[in-house]
Amino acid sequence: MRSQKWFYILMCMMLVAAGAPAVIAQDEYVFGMVLVGPADDRGWSQSHFEGGQYVEANMSNARMLVFESLNPADAPETTLADVVELFVEEGAQIIFTTSDAFEEDTVAVAEQHPDIIFVNISGDDVLTGEAPENVGNFMTQGEWPRAIAGCAAALSTNTGKLGYIGPLINSETRRLAASTYLGAKHCWEHERGNDAADLTFEVTWIGFWFAIPGVTLDPTEEANSFFDRGFDVVMSGIDTTEAIVVAGQRAAEGETVFSMAYTSLQGCDQAPDTCIGIPYYNWGVAYLDHVSRAAAGEWEQDWDWIGPDFDDPTNIDTSVTWFQRGDGLSEEVSMQLDAFIEEMKAFAADEMNADGIFLWQGPLNLQDGTVLAAEGENVSLNDIWYLSQLVEGMIGVSE
Amino acid sequence: MNHTPRSLGLRLVFLVLPLLVALFVSAVILLLLNQEPGEVLRQAWRGAFGNERRIASVLNYWIPLSFAAMGLVITFRAGLWNIGIEGQMIMGAVFATYIPLYVPLPPILTISLSLVLAATGGAIWAVLVGVLRNRFGVHEIFGGVALNAIAAGISLYLVRGPWALVGNNNQTPVFPRETWLPTISDRFGVSQLMLILLVIAVLSIIFLMGRSRWGLQLKATGRNRQSALLLGVSVRSVSLSAFILCGALAGIGGAHRVLHTYHYLLPNVAGGIGFLGLLVVMLSGFHAAIVPLVAYFMAALSAGSTRFQTLLRLDPSLIDVLQGILVLTYVLFSGIQDRFFPRIREGNEEMKKEITTNE
Repeated sequence: MRSQKWFYILMCMMLVAAGAPAVIAQDEYVFGMVLVGPADDRGWSQSHFEGGQYVEANMSNARMLVFESLNPADAPETTLADVVELFVEEGAQIIFTTSDAFEEDTVAVAEQHPDIIFVNISGDDVLTGEAPENVGNFMTQGEWPRAIAGCAAALSTNTGKLGYIGPLINSETRRLAASTYLGAKHCWEHERGNDAADLTFEVTWIGFWFAIPGVTLDPTEEANSFFDRGFDVVMSGIDTTEAIVVAGQRAAEGETVFSMAYTSLQGCDQAPDTCIGIPYYNWGVAYLDHVSRAAAGEWEQDWDWIGPDFDDPTNIDTSVTWFQRGDGLSEEVSMQLDAFIEEMKAFAADEMNADGIFLWQGPLNLQDGTVLAAEGENVSLNDIWYLSQLVEGMIGVSE
Repeated sequence: MNHTPRSLGLRLVFLVLPLLVALFVSAVILLLLNQEPGEVLRQAWRGAFGNERRIASVLNYWIPLSFAAMGLVITFRAGLWNIGIEGQMIMGAVFATYIPLYVPLPPILTISLSLVLAATGGAIWAVLVGVLRNRFGVHEIFGGVALNAIAAGISLYLVRGPWALVGNNNQTPVFPRETWLPTISDRFGVSQLMLILLVIAVLSIIFLMGRSRWGLQLKATGRNRQSALLLGVSVRSVSLSAFILCGALAGIGGAHRVLHTYHYLLPNVAGGIGFLGLLVVMLSGFHAAIVPLVAYFMAALSAGSTRFQTLLRLDPSLIDVLQGILVLTYVLFSGIQDRFFPRIREGNEEMKKEITTNE
């Protein structure tokens, strides 16, 4: 009898504990961050996580909830709906889903939570009109720093062979790879005075944003394969840093090779001496804007493709994306890069180019020879966003 | 089988003690990570049972896990290591995807045909393992691993090629809403159809393995193929039938992933559930009736852990560590039991007697 009583008391305590609602401070504003990879990947997911930390640091009542590695390989038991459920229960009022892998599910979940704001990064459901009113999209114009990265690679190479490790193939990844190529081609021709035909720019797509054994190609093997074939600069277009590590290992064995990181300012940390730079994202600016507007009740649905702050592109409080030079960049190349960047800034400052991106000018053809822009024309932002193929001169599949 | 009170007590000890030891070791690890074990437990409990949505979430993971694990009980009983279970789930998901995407039919027909196709797809993939073993002497572990890779390759090819969603070559288009499995309610998003199918599957397997001649043949094949042959059991047919049933169940589990969990096909759709099923069956001591309970425990542990990283900032991989500790302690205690208390385990002699009697 006595033990029965204790059993019932214990059960009641457990049920109460289970059903207890989350305690949310009265003036607290909670936002959720769903990451497709780990928060310390030194790449895409880390840059978003740091963007969320920036919001916490600059908005006194903001508190971030994070869910890392939401993908079928790492979290087969969890769906976006489960995570959103948890976030909402913990008081989140705006939720960022930080990958195009979440694009479809974000729309579906947003329909179930019409009072919560969802912002899918890199998606275009608002642009296509498929998003419910509580869904927004934004993306940064990483094409600008990508062009700088391409230029830095072309100025650094000794063999004229540049490798690019891409994730899966879609219009976003095609346009980022193409921007890198356009930057490389420009500097190869105009800064180094070489013939574009002598530049090799090859893209290998591994199949996802990071390596999943049995599902994707192995980026470590792909980086080694590039170096084995005489490529001396390998650029990462994926969320993780295998190319940087491999370049460091090769350099330790006496090879003169370089790498290019991507996304996070920590991207070069594992092998800084061979890393020539990072086209990075500084999401915090955009996140703070969205969270502030949501907290003030002023958030409105939009699709925003945000460019850098050309007046002060490295300012972490104003510029959403830019290029950070790595230790592997020589002083001479760095000076040549300055000239390229000034040229880019001049282009951006010209009002005639308000709807264009540097180097996306005709004559420019797609990989199959289709004209993308005739002589003197800018490629429209829409055509860049929805780039259907790689551009002429690049090696690699477009679909 | 008769048990003395002492042997029953020892069995209970060997059931509970590993759990307690696993909890203790886990608690020590959590303390080393500056975490309060009680809080972790509380969050796990809330994550798994806090409200009806969370319970639904656990059930939605439990259903495919249980289908896979129940299938594995059959192959284990036949003495077969069906490592290819993951590939069989993937093929079930692939086969289940075609009709919702490309064949406009009334929803009831779409769902029924998709499930039949999924079972067929899983069974075909399992039969290949069986044929490789029976005809070409390829051990089922090696055949299974190879077929897992091929299944993953096929699903990748489809989602990045002919079945790709325009603009995103990492998944197929979302299935039309009317082809999604109906659920008990909006808040309790569990498919009643899959629950019923699972209950039928569990009861049927328990019955078939415990009460039918086929079940005895399966057991005989698993314990000693040579002896089973001498007893007149068609070992190859029995093995193949075990693979077919296991593959069909795994295929239905795979169908649940696409028809209910995601509503589209994506790479790695099985997400290691098949492999987790292997652990579930081992932890269950290969007893069919216990499998759904252990599967539920593992599903609840996984679902509960969703909160760990968000609310406690624990590394998401910690749950794998905790599950690993659990498996390790059970294996360890199983070894101790075999070594020092052999009489409390089912005796081979007794089973042989049982088979002979039934023959």
